[in-house]
Amino acid sequence: MEKHDVIIVGGGPAGLTAGLYAARSRMDILLLEKLTPGGQVLTTAMVENYPGFEEAISGSDLVAKMEKQARGFGLQVEIKSVEKIAQEGSLKKMIADGEEYLSKAVIVATGVEPKLLGIPGEKELRGKGVSYCATCDGPFFRDKEVVVIGGGDSAVEEAIYLTRFAKRVRLIHRRDQLRAAKIVQERAFSNEKVEVVWDTVATRINGEQFVQSVDVKNVKTGREDNVETSGIFLYVGVKPNSDLFDFKIDADQRGFLRTDENMRTSVEGIYAVGDVRSKQLRQIVTATGEGATAAFAVQKYLEDLTP
Amino acid sequence: MAEFPQITDTTFEKEVLQSELPVLVDFWAPWCGPCKMVTPILEELAGEYGGRLKVAKLNVDDNPGTAAKYGIFSIPSILLFKEGQVATQIVGAVPKKHFVEKLDPLL
Repeated sequence: MEKHDVIIVGGGPAGLTAGLYAARSRMDILLLEKLTPGGQVLTTAMVENYPGFEEAISGSDLVAKMEKQARGFGLQVEIKSVEKIAQEGSLKKMIADGEEYLSKAVIVATGVEPKLLGIPGEKELRGKGVSYCATCDGPFFRDKEVVVIGGGDSAVEEAIYLTRFAKRVRLIHRRDQLRAAKIVQERAFSNEKVEVVWDTVATRINGEQFVQSVDVKNVKTGREDNVETSGIFLYVGVKPNSDLFDFKIDADQRGFLRTDENMRTSVEGIYAVGDVRSKQLRQIVTATGEGATAAFAVQKYLEDLTP
Repeated sequence: MAEFPQITDTTFEKEVLQSELPVLVDFWAPWCGPCKMVTPILEELAGEYGGRLKVAKLNVDDNPGTAAKYGIFSIPSILLFKEGQVATQIVGAVPKKHFVEKLDPLL
């Protein structure tokens, strides 16, 4: 069984920054990541609001730099999928791919995953026209009609991105205004290929082998319609990866972990950072700040443990 | 880091469909961030299933014919070919456990 002072669970920007700071403090630390470090940022085509990069940088390039930087200061990363976090006396125990890891403190940076819309056809046609990653799958829809569902930053940014390939992009949103940042909205409204369909929800995705159309309903008039499309990109929000704990931990109604300003959760020795944390703004820039804050708080915590 | 054989539209028939060993083919493209996430998992699988499985990659950008033939609209898509047929398919970057659960009964 491996034992470390601190284990970071999750290798997105929050976890990598916690790792960077902890490594620079010469803490005994290990980062466990279920895939390759990166997280949700890997699905972002272009990041243009992370300070210091005046030219937009691709999400995968940005996070590759973060990983390289943290590793450069000695951060160790293992590709292991943590399934459970439990208490073991005064220590925390993680079970990952059948192996056990012990630590004095844990920084939970497990992030979020896309929420499913939960309508018929969505699961059946995943990979056959239903997608959660425009960066990955956009080029398959060259000169085709696509639909994007959602109204937040991701939905609107990816709708604009898809105009590089698609003939037309219909953005279907359940309200009469978008939530995305104003500058992103302006770009969508001025893009000839983007058509916003207001006050409308998708009710069913149709297609035998591949997506052919989507049934929609106007929530104000009740009018139902069928929209022909080859692709449907879903950006209807995210859910936290927070169901790992073998003990009670304070979370908000949607399952995001509550912390104090030093990223401490309700459980001693457990810290939460990044998208999995209960907060208003989920961005790379907030994630990195929280990672640094948690690493510092953990250092103080460990010092107090051994007077 | 292991170098995976790169399959092309031209070599697909021989390397995959006519292969004696089952072949796990990763349909990927350089533009796709999550595709990078599955590479270390494929490396581990190639090691653990050595002798029972061949692992290869197919760049959909350079080889659109094969990608279209198998209806690939989302990458990464990882298809297991056994005796010339698709035995199972995994869409998206998922942890190793999901691969093992799908592959074990088939190999």
